[in-house]
Amino acid sequence: MSQLLKAKVTTHRQISSGYYLLEFSGAELAETARPGQFVHVKCSRTTDPLLRRPVSIHDVNKDRGTVRLLYRVAGRGTELLSVKEPGERLDVMGPLGNGFQLPDPGEKVAVVAGGIGVAPLFFLLRQVAAAGNDVKVFVGARSCRDLLAVDDIKGLGVEIQLATDDGSAGHRGPVTELLARGLKNIDRIYTCGPAAMMKAVAGLAREYNIPTQVSLEERMGCGVGACLACTCKIKTPGGSSYKRVCADGPVFNAQEVAWE
Amino acid sequence: MNKPNLAVNIGGVDMQNPVTTASGTFGFGPEYSRYIDINELGAVVVKGTTLHPREGNATPRIVETPSGILNSIGLQNPGVDYVIEHYVPYFKTLRVPVIVNISGDTVEDYAKVAEKLDAAGGIAGLEVNISCPNVKKGGMAFGSDPAMAAEVTAAVKSAAKLPVVVKLSPNVTDITAVAEAVAEAGADGLSLINTLLGMAIDINSRRPILGSVMGGLSGPAVKPVAVRAVWQVYKAVQLPIIGMGGISTAEDALEFILAGASAVAVGTANFVNPRATMDIIAGIERYLIDNGVKDVNELVGAAHGN
Ligand SMILES: Cc1cc2nc3c(=O)[nH]c(=O)nc-3n(C[C@H](O)[C@H](O)[C@H](O)COP(=O)(O)OP(=O)(O)OC[C@H]3O[C@@H](n4cnc5c(N)ncnc54)[C@H](O)[C@@H]3O)c2cc1C
Ligand SMILES: Cc1cc2nc3c(=O)[nH]c(=O)nc-3n(C[C@H](O)[C@H](O)[C@H](O)COP(=O)(O)O)c2cc1C
Ligand code: FES
Repeated sequence: MSQLLKAKVTTHRQISSGYYLLEFSGAELAETARPGQFVHVKCSRTTDPLLRRPVSIHDVNKDRGTVRLLYRVAGRGTELLSVKEPGERLDVMGPLGNGFQLPDPGEKVAVVAGGIGVAPLFFLLRQVAAAGNDVKVFVGARSCRDLLAVDDIKGLGVEIQLATDDGSAGHRGPVTELLARGLKNIDRIYTCGPAAMMKAVAGLAREYNIPTQVSLEERMGCGVGACLACTCKIKTPGGSSYKRVCADGPVFNAQEVAWE
Repeated sequence: MNKPNLAVNIGGVDMQNPVTTASGTFGFGPEYSRYIDINELGAVVVKGTTLHPREGNATPRIVETPSGILNSIGLQNPGVDYVIEHYVPYFKTLRVPVIVNISGDTVEDYAKVAEKLDAAGGIAGLEVNISCPNVKKGGMAFGSDPAMAAEVTAAVKSAAKLPVVVKLSPNVTDITAVAEAVAEAGADGLSLINTLLGMAIDINSRRPILGSVMGGLSGPAVKPVAVRAVWQVYKAVQLPIIGMGGISTAEDALEFILAGASAVAVGTANFVNPRATMDIIAGIERYLIDNGVKDVNELVGAAHGN
């Protein structure tokens, strides 16, 4: 059940240039959130910028009743967010959206993250690893400074492969090149990242006939399905229709997305 | 002091308090029911509904501007038959009046939608959108010509027995001319304002940001324009007014009431604060108590000084 709360920021730090990890307390949110869901955060105290900003739930700690967000400063809203101090209150709505459908027991899983797209995937990875599924993680980014949460992922004891555009860490080139080589025996793929990357992952998945879930991004208004601002084109038997990323997604079946 | 009276009547729609929702910002109701008790509202105004389903415009459909947003949703909706089948049963479970916002490409479309909704039951009134800047045909074209506005109003009135509130566009030279024309044609109330036509350009790509180039401006940025429109229309016609445009707080709502609105609708503010409507109802009540006003209706148009 989604809530509106003024949550206390417990910790907040820069983890790499322009990337922040923020933790706030919210016991019910931590208890009910599922991987792939997001919160809608009010970053400004004034009417400018006016709207909330959607941020994925990066992880939760049910024992401590805390929720983590991993975000990139992309503009004015996230800039204002980045100066919140521990102890301050954060106006959040959530959990929102549908979240990922977890794999069946025994399924071999590939998780493909691009840049900040790793944000919602860590929570998923932790649950999938805990469930005992075999997991391969592929993380790509522009450079090593944009590779996020790598140590946390390694801490889960899962296999991880890295790729960077500039070759500063791991494979030099798109992460999908690594994925293409590692698809053997994979039963299910999860991905989040730049649209071009997700489209390429969807293409590979189609070729190998592997069910794939993608987490999409669109500009949002309400975040609860009421305004129809955040739509994406989804294929239907008769053609296509617009679905709401906030309420029908953000997670969609990759083969249903009408990629541009 | 006893509890002041908050109840108002908009052209035959009884509201327990003057606060409703602005069409298109509140879905069909259930979307916000996790944050507020819908039955505490004065009324619910739901998403614009057309005869046939509409896909809506290309994305991006929303962009922020200083203290406001531009939207170009393009009246995406599942069509009147779907609304009747899937949402009217929900409307019937509510204890507050539901007003359905309707739109069309032609006068006949408006009349057909009105007739179907009238027959469906569970609906307290119709809000006729002749002011949507986001559709190519119809929409604002009807709202900017007094004769066309009157024609749509008359057609809806004769197609439906329900109270009919006509929603006016601020994108006109003289809003009172349109208000007078629809009043003459039999409207039971007026809603104003719809969004202001605007646009924004991305200086990096050097292209318009919205998928459909232009959009409608709403939010705090439009409030002074809306208060002015309510003031002018209140002076020009006798019909009850639902005022809207940038209302986020009880103070904003009171400004509209003093300008001449009998009720107010909350739109964009719901996105920022999903409990905005509840805060506004409580704030209006507190203002009445603090100022010794027994009935909110005493404040309607009070800024005109008569
Ligand atoms: C479901 C969902 C989950 C998300 N999770 C995370 C997360 O976990 N971590 C994270 O860092 N970010 C996440 N994002 C992205 C985040 O919401 C945006 O980066 C943020 O809203 C930008 O706000 P801003 O005010 O800082 O930037 P703005 O000033 O609003 O924008 C910065 C630049 O990006 C453009 N822009 C803004 N929004 C979009 C958009 N949706 N699509 C394309 N261009 C856009 C603007 O035009 C501008 O050029 C998520 C988005 C969605 C929809
Ligand atoms: C996302 C969005 C969708 C809207 N859809 C409709 C609609 O379907 N029909 C209509 O008459 N007005 C529509 N409007 C206009 C609002 O009902 C309202 O008139 C306007 O936004 C001004 O109020 P506000 O500043 O409080 O939002 C829409 C506005 C927004 C922001
Ligand atoms: S943001 Fe309003 S419907 Fe998705």
